[in-house]
Amino acid sequence: MTSERLLLSGDDAVALAALHAGVRLGTGYPGTPSTEILETFDQLGGRAQWSPNEKVALEVGMGTAFAGARTLVTMKHVGLNVAADPLFTAAYTDIEGGLIIVSADDPGMASSQNEQDNRHYAQAAALPMLEPIDSQQAYDFTWLGFEISERWKIPVILRLTTRVCHSKTIVHPRGAAAETPEPAFQRNIPSRVMIPAYAKPAHHRLRQKIAEIAAWNAAEGPIRLDEGSPALGIVATGIAAVHAREAAPEARQLTIGLTYPLPMERIRAFAEGVERLVVIEEGDPVLLDTLRAAGLPAEGKPEMYRFGELNVARVRRILAGDVSPEPVPPKGKPPELCQGCSHRSVFQVLKDLDCIVAGDIGCYTLGVLPPFSAMDTCVCMGASIGVGLGMRHVLPEDQARRVVSVIGDSTFVHSGITGLAEMVYNPPATGHLVLILDNGTTAMTGQQEHPGTGRLLDHSPTGKISFEALAEAMGVQNVHVVSAQDKEQSLQDLIAGLLAKPETSLVVTRQPCVLAAPKIRFYEKAAAEQASETHCPAETAD
Amino acid sequence: MTKVKNVVIAGLGGQGVLKASDILADAAFRAGFDVKKSELHGMSQRGGSVSSDVRFGDRVLSPMVPPGEADVLLVLEETQIEINRPTLKPGGVLIGPDVLNAAALKNKKSLNVALLGAVSTVLDIPEEQWLAAMYANLAEKLHTINEQAFALGRSAAIERKAADQ
Repeated sequence: MTSERLLLSGDDAVALAALHAGVRLGTGYPGTPSTEILETFDQLGGRAQWSPNEKVALEVGMGTAFAGARTLVTMKHVGLNVAADPLFTAAYTDIEGGLIIVSADDPGMASSQNEQDNRHYAQAAALPMLEPIDSQQAYDFTWLGFEISERWKIPVILRLTTRVCHSKTIVHPRGAAAETPEPAFQRNIPSRVMIPAYAKPAHHRLRQKIAEIAAWNAAEGPIRLDEGSPALGIVATGIAAVHAREAAPEARQLTIGLTYPLPMERIRAFAEGVERLVVIEEGDPVLLDTLRAAGLPAEGKPEMYRFGELNVARVRRILAGDVSPEPVPPKGKPPELCQGCSHRSVFQVLKDLDCIVAGDIGCYTLGVLPPFSAMDTCVCMGASIGVGLGMRHVLPEDQARRVVSVIGDSTFVHSGITGLAEMVYNPPATGHLVLILDNGTTAMTGQQEHPGTGRLLDHSPTGKISFEALAEAMGVQNVHVVSAQDKEQSLQDLIAGLLAKPETSLVVTRQPCVLAAPKIRFYEKAAAEQASETHCPAETAD
Repeated sequence: MTKVKNVVIAGLGGQGVLKASDILADAAFRAGFDVKKSELHGMSQRGGSVSSDVRFGDRVLSPMVPPGEADVLLVLEETQIEINRPTLKPGGVLIGPDVLNAAALKNKKSLNVALLGAVSTVLDIPEEQWLAAMYANLAEKLHTINEQAFALGRSAAIERKAADQ
């Protein structure tokens, strides 16, 4: 630790630690509250890239880790669902370079479609999970995660929550960057090729690793004990630990940093020394259930506190056993599509045509709110296309003809392409219409690039996917590109015409996000200048 | 926890609420306090209500100001005062946009910094740390205009205090 003192968000602290720990590649997909980690890592000079989705990001990260490089893979909680397929089997493999997977959970759903508790993934996949309480621990646990990962050749999940990601607290960094070995390929077929013959012993190895890590956690893991009266003993994790400390400063408190596998011997010893044992955890009773299964007489929280974030006031209520209705905070002004947003005219048309709209995840989900109220479903990234097709398959014809799938550009690349394959492969009798609302950026999460923008995470130029060319190559029957600035009437005529046809159709409405447009122009100009500089002068002499 | 100051800053998306809380947190940080600052980004912020909590003192635990425990509530937009009032403790200080004459601002966008000038009169953070934090959190071309805004808010609050006494 140096004397340096910084005021950092949890996200920025992870990025700084990744830089100091010698991470060679950071991959991920934008998602609140995780997005800033890779952006900051890039700004600090690290190598970071957005992947089309979290599954690909984790697969790239497994490759770099197999090759011996320290790797950081970032995503929001629901992103880990997308990456769950590689996750579970990555747990069986032996990795060389440390691999940290950041799962940024969103209890309270500040900007998410659910508040799933990703601690279940650590148990389900048998992967170590670290949960920082503040930015200092976010920094320290990133370092520690790499150490655990490399010692046991196992991926580690760093679980952050919204309040850890987006709160700024003081960090004393370690300073000097780590020397990490140069990546080099080492063949290790039984630990990397998961056919049953190799996967069976690999599962045994995984359970052995977890048993060893549990013992290490009890002996020397990141556990904090705050002394206090034995009348009340609190076992806490994550941000809930600081709420608990403030709500009950007189209590004795055990704060666990490595929450899977748990340091059961330490918890048992703590439990024996207190009269009342209460578990303070946000979300599902994951820790509580584990302690109770181990036979400890732990109290949890009443069911009403499973929902939403905890805070000091709620922890006070939990400790008091107070289940009276909580004061309802006054409603603020709801969010809305920006004035001048290119999505507005599209939703006006969908409303005017009385469409049944299968929607998707992004700014345009705000089309569900007044004055448009033009969205009927929204579940997960990419679901608009499958859900729209499903409704078309079974609804009476007059209703089926009104069904439209609406998806954003970044979401389409993330997980809409396979939906388009489904439309070509299993077309409904009435056909179907997919609208890609292409505003040239991943707008909701703060204007990140993606493979459809033709720019990298740092906004420099790269290859670009053409949605219209892709749709034509896949065999979609009608493909149109329109500017969302076109008169609403012409957009309405086009959509009405396509809805009347029993054919598969894709319309790309293209107009930059009003917030991103000035930056996009700046990036395009910079790219054009760079291109002209690299041009041979002789070619342009005359 | 007796020596922690709780400040809540609220307004609408695009008003610079988060920037103001960054400057306040940084000023307290530069003054040597333990500091925690909390806010939410994302969907709920698209033109909707925004608020941010800053706590500083000897040792801060939770980053969120518990309801009814704010020493100071700064609100950048008139319509957001009532919905945020429950955060204020009894006897806490409410500073709204009417504390100063916004028409005197050379650039309306510096309202957030002007109101920080008013807040600076009720918090124990030296003026030089406020200015250093402002410089560190704003582009250089905005420094002069925001210096003026900060001074305007600070003197308006001092005048009002004098008038009240």
